[in-house]
Amino acid sequence: MNIDNIKKQFPIFDNKVQNNDLVYLDSANSSQKPQVVVDRIYDFYTKEFSNVGRSVHYLAVAATNLYENTRVLVQKYINAKDPNEIVFTKGATEAINLVANTFGQKFLNEGDEILLTELEHHSNYVPWHYLRKSRGIKINFAEINSDGEITLESIEKNINPKTKMIAITHLSNVTGAILPIKEITKLAHSKNIPILIDGCQGAPHLKLDMQDIDCDFYAISCHKMYGPTGLGILYAKKKWLDILPPYQGGGGMIREVKKEGITFGDLPNKYEAGTMATAQVIAFGESIKFLNNIGIKNIEHHESELTKYGEEVLRKNNSVKLIGNPKNKGSVLSFTLDGIHAHDIATILDEDGVAIRAGHHCCQILHDKLGLQATARASLGVYNTKDDIDKLNESINKCKKIFDK
Amino acid sequence: MDLKELYQEIILDHGKNPRNLKKSDNFNKDAKGHNPLCGDKVHVFLKVDEKNKISDIAFEGSGCAISMASASIMTELMKEKKEIEVKELVDDFLEMIKQNPELKSKILEDNEKTKLMSLSGVKKYPMRVKCATMAWHTLTAAMKNSNDETNTEKFD
Repeated sequence: MNIDNIKKQFPIFDNKVQNNDLVYLDSANSSQKPQVVVDRIYDFYTKEFSNVGRSVHYLAVAATNLYENTRVLVQKYINAKDPNEIVFTKGATEAINLVANTFGQKFLNEGDEILLTELEHHSNYVPWHYLRKSRGIKINFAEINSDGEITLESIEKNINPKTKMIAITHLSNVTGAILPIKEITKLAHSKNIPILIDGCQGAPHLKLDMQDIDCDFYAISCHKMYGPTGLGILYAKKKWLDILPPYQGGGGMIREVKKEGITFGDLPNKYEAGTMATAQVIAFGESIKFLNNIGIKNIEHHESELTKYGEEVLRKNNSVKLIGNPKNKGSVLSFTLDGIHAHDIATILDEDGVAIRAGHHCCQILHDKLGLQATARASLGVYNTKDDIDKLNESINKCKKIFDK
Repeated sequence: MDLKELYQEIILDHGKNPRNLKKSDNFNKDAKGHNPLCGDKVHVFLKVDEKNKISDIAFEGSGCAISMASASIMTELMKEKKEIEVKELVDDFLEMIKQNPELKSKILEDNEKTKLMSLSGVKKYPMRVKCATMAWHTLTAAMKNSNDETNTEKFD
């Protein structure tokens, strides 16, 4: 796998950022876009644009086919049983809100409990929080261990007869811990509890097989997967999409509308109300092809090697403290520096073209638990190299120089 | 070098050893500030006497070097200032940190102005301006003894 060739496919790296070569270490936040994805958006708008699923003219039919092609590409990529199990949303956030809202309406009552973990991103906590007020439910958090992992035992300990849903991350965007989601799913199902996986960080980096994992719901963020913004995917087992109520109402999701009442459309239309992010969906097809061309196993291997190298380099740097030490770790390196706030680190690194994220990374529960206000986070994508890690380390040393004056 | 302008020695000094960083025992006005984007927090305590003059000022909080230094320098400069002077200084500082090249107010001594101008490098870092202004907005709220938490996202 030739990273130089892969990096060349990302036009962002052709230009200097504030006179520096870009060292992009913020892919957990959002990944950069390959030329094929950018071109696909341009081509669609300039040569092929029409709304989908409504008109009968040539362009409308062609656009509808392109749109539905992506659904099939996604279905195959994640090995879902049926293309109708793929619902396009405006993001992973909307995907989780869709489940919380519709599942909550149909199945949750006062006293019922939802089990999350302390690793969850706000987007897999806040949607469930709404149900505290509207349905009177309780939310529990499975605790992390000292390595920043969630174990099967920690989940098991927190399941009780009132637990009606387990919603957990696939891969922590702070500690990098990869959760044993297949085992947790098996455990959940043995107790008749459905499970939602927040796959924002898992999907861009790990091989996905929905039928093997057997989870009920899996949320994907397309812009973290070398795809366009404004697009997410909810994978849901057909048995759930068939019985859950619709989420938003509007055009495209109905069968018949009368003054006295409305009947709703079949899958997948039932959950895709209004004009969807058509260009983004079509362009995301190119992201899937891009990933397929490289091969997700190759990506996993490259990123895993690079993460190990990053841990090694940063561990040797005495002033760096890495956050979390999970045995099974994704490509996230969160850290603190003694006496230097994460925002100061990010500003100083930025001066060298090293783009990282600083803050609580939408995980305040976890930061409270760790007793930290903010952390700095370098996160990797397919285009990163050991050279990027070395530049990160050099810039960290520069932080120390500035602050040790 | 913009970074050198941003992280001047005086800022690093105040950032590492903030002055008046304590809970004042003897305060009669206070307010809390919060930057929800980064989690920085500040709590400003004032002792305002019967002539509407700040006789004592202190703060508690945690945050980046810029926010700590800004709060620290602010508390040094605001001691013994009357309410009307506080308002003038806050406005002057906020305008300077966003656009004005210099401080306009005549209230401060030259060495005090130099100290405050050390924060002017923040101007080139739009994402960091709120780090510098949080304590000052919170001071304004404290003068009004506002119970509402000052939220940096509500200001320009």
